Amino acid sequence: MRHLLILGAGTAGTMLANRLRRALDHDEWRVIVVDRDDDHVYQPGLLEVVFGHREPGQLVRSRSAQIADGVSVVKGEIDRVDTDARTVHLADGRHLSYDQLVIATGTSPHPEETPGMDGALWRRSVHEFYTLEGARALRDALDGFRSGRLVVHVTEMPIKCPIAPLEFALMAESELREQGLRDAVEITYVTPLSGAFTRPIASARLGHLLEERGITVEPDFVVERVDEDASALVSYDERSVPFDLLVTVPLNKGADFLARSGLGDDLNYVPVDPQTFLARGHDDVWAIGDASDIPTSKAGSVAHFSVEIFVPNFLEHIAGRRMTHSFDGHANCFIESGHGKALLIDFNYDVEPLPGKYPVPGVGPMTLLDESRMNHFSKQSFSWIYWNVLLPGRPIPLPSAMSMAGKHATEATP
Amino acid sequence: MTTTQSTTTTIGGHTVHVDQEGFLTDPDEWDPQLGEALAQQIGIALGPDHRTVIAFARADYTERGESPTLRRVSTGADVPVKTLFELFPGKPAKKIAYVAGLPKPRGCV
Repeated sequence: MRHLLILGAGTAGTMLANRLRRALDHDEWRVIVVDRDDDHVYQPGLLEVVFGHREPGQLVRSRSAQIADGVSVVKGEIDRVDTDARTVHLADGRHLSYDQLVIATGTSPHPEETPGMDGALWRRSVHEFYTLEGARALRDALDGFRSGRLVVHVTEMPIKCPIAPLEFALMAESELREQGLRDAVEITYVTPLSGAFTRPIASARLGHLLEERGITVEPDFVVERVDEDASALVSYDERSVPFDLLVTVPLNKGADFLARSGLGDDLNYVPVDPQTFLARGHDDVWAIGDASDIPTSKAGSVAHFSVEIFVPNFLEHIAGRRMTHSFDGHANCFIESGHGKALLIDFNYDVEPLPGKYPVPGVGPMTLLDESRMNHFSKQSFSWIYWNVLLPGRPIPLPSAMSMAGKHATEATP
Repeated sequence: MTTTQSTTTTIGGHTVHVDQEGFLTDPDEWDPQLGEALAQQIGIALGPDHRTVIAFARADYTERGESPTLRRVSTGADVPVKTLFELFPGKPAKKIAYVAGLPKPRGCV
């Protein structure tokens, strides 16, 4: 009996466990998933908690309940991986051996990496929304926020769901307007990038949207520290952005055990072949989802499209054959922009997010890179798809490879 | 991974291929002399500290095929980020790549 060990039962790990359980011979392979707890959080819903549209409890379900029968679930904290001995050591002394190992332990915010960020102001006037606790605290802070300087901030790229801070800024602007408080609040978007987003065309369109909403962008801002006395962000080149309410995306890092195991880069992401997800220098270690260093967005859609490529490649690899499927970096993301509208962007390693229609070229019903109500409704209904179609690994009628059909590439040529 | 259009230009007597923003598209066309000329273009006179940083960036690119992030330069070349801002004011990661003859950093996605 051979052992496939999957570390992490989040979006990527759960989808993969369910898909591989069906694809692998039950007499030949045992599939084991390890996670530290049994709380699977529907992360796209965190912003809905922030704006009071959902209760935190509505986002959480049992991890093990999302995993197919026939997969063993182990609850435990991972201490380290010994790749020479093909063994994973848990913090409580147990160890698990493997023939193939998949790392799917994601990424998480680390406010302690920025001096002053998680000090006296933390969860008072300095907030994040990537955890349930953080989303709840920010919701309460926004409730009491009537006037002053709201600063939305990204510490360093890459971050999980890179459009989320933009989405937060747009939704906050919309909420404040509806409450009649917009004129009393100054909103600034502070980013280490040179514009609103990472890719030029999307950056220009999204930048324009921020401008229309009267949100000032402070670009190329590499934060050195949070000045707790002055309530200000301070950059390495000594710019200072004062705030009354700071909503930051702290430095994101992969899991600490990856550093201890010699498997992570300088931010604890696992260097992999971006086409196959096989960890560099290994033929029995893989990383999928946010845990890898592939140069595309850290997002659930990427995890989903990755799994589609991963499964057939994995089957070829364990059969001793050459892997014939190649991931193109496909990502798509909904961006809630407030006022009941949303934008949708679709891109990959090589191709920019472009305007157009999705998924049916010319028809939609969704609109790429432009606000529409249909996009908003699609995002709203996504949580049902997430729990009932995506996680169980049921087929979804979206191609994993990105398509250029229905997109307007002309704008791509400057 | 992105295919960039390149044009030919002459910098400090060297004929090189550059992208629309002036970043070299072929890092093999670089030599230390060209590095000095590229630095001059953006108003930097290279000193020993600059050269240490440039050498690290080029070695890292050779190893990984990607222009290093600011964090990576700071850790790898053992130079504090604050100092990198003093050496390459404004946009250090981009300026380092530019002077080192490497592609514009992706800045991630």
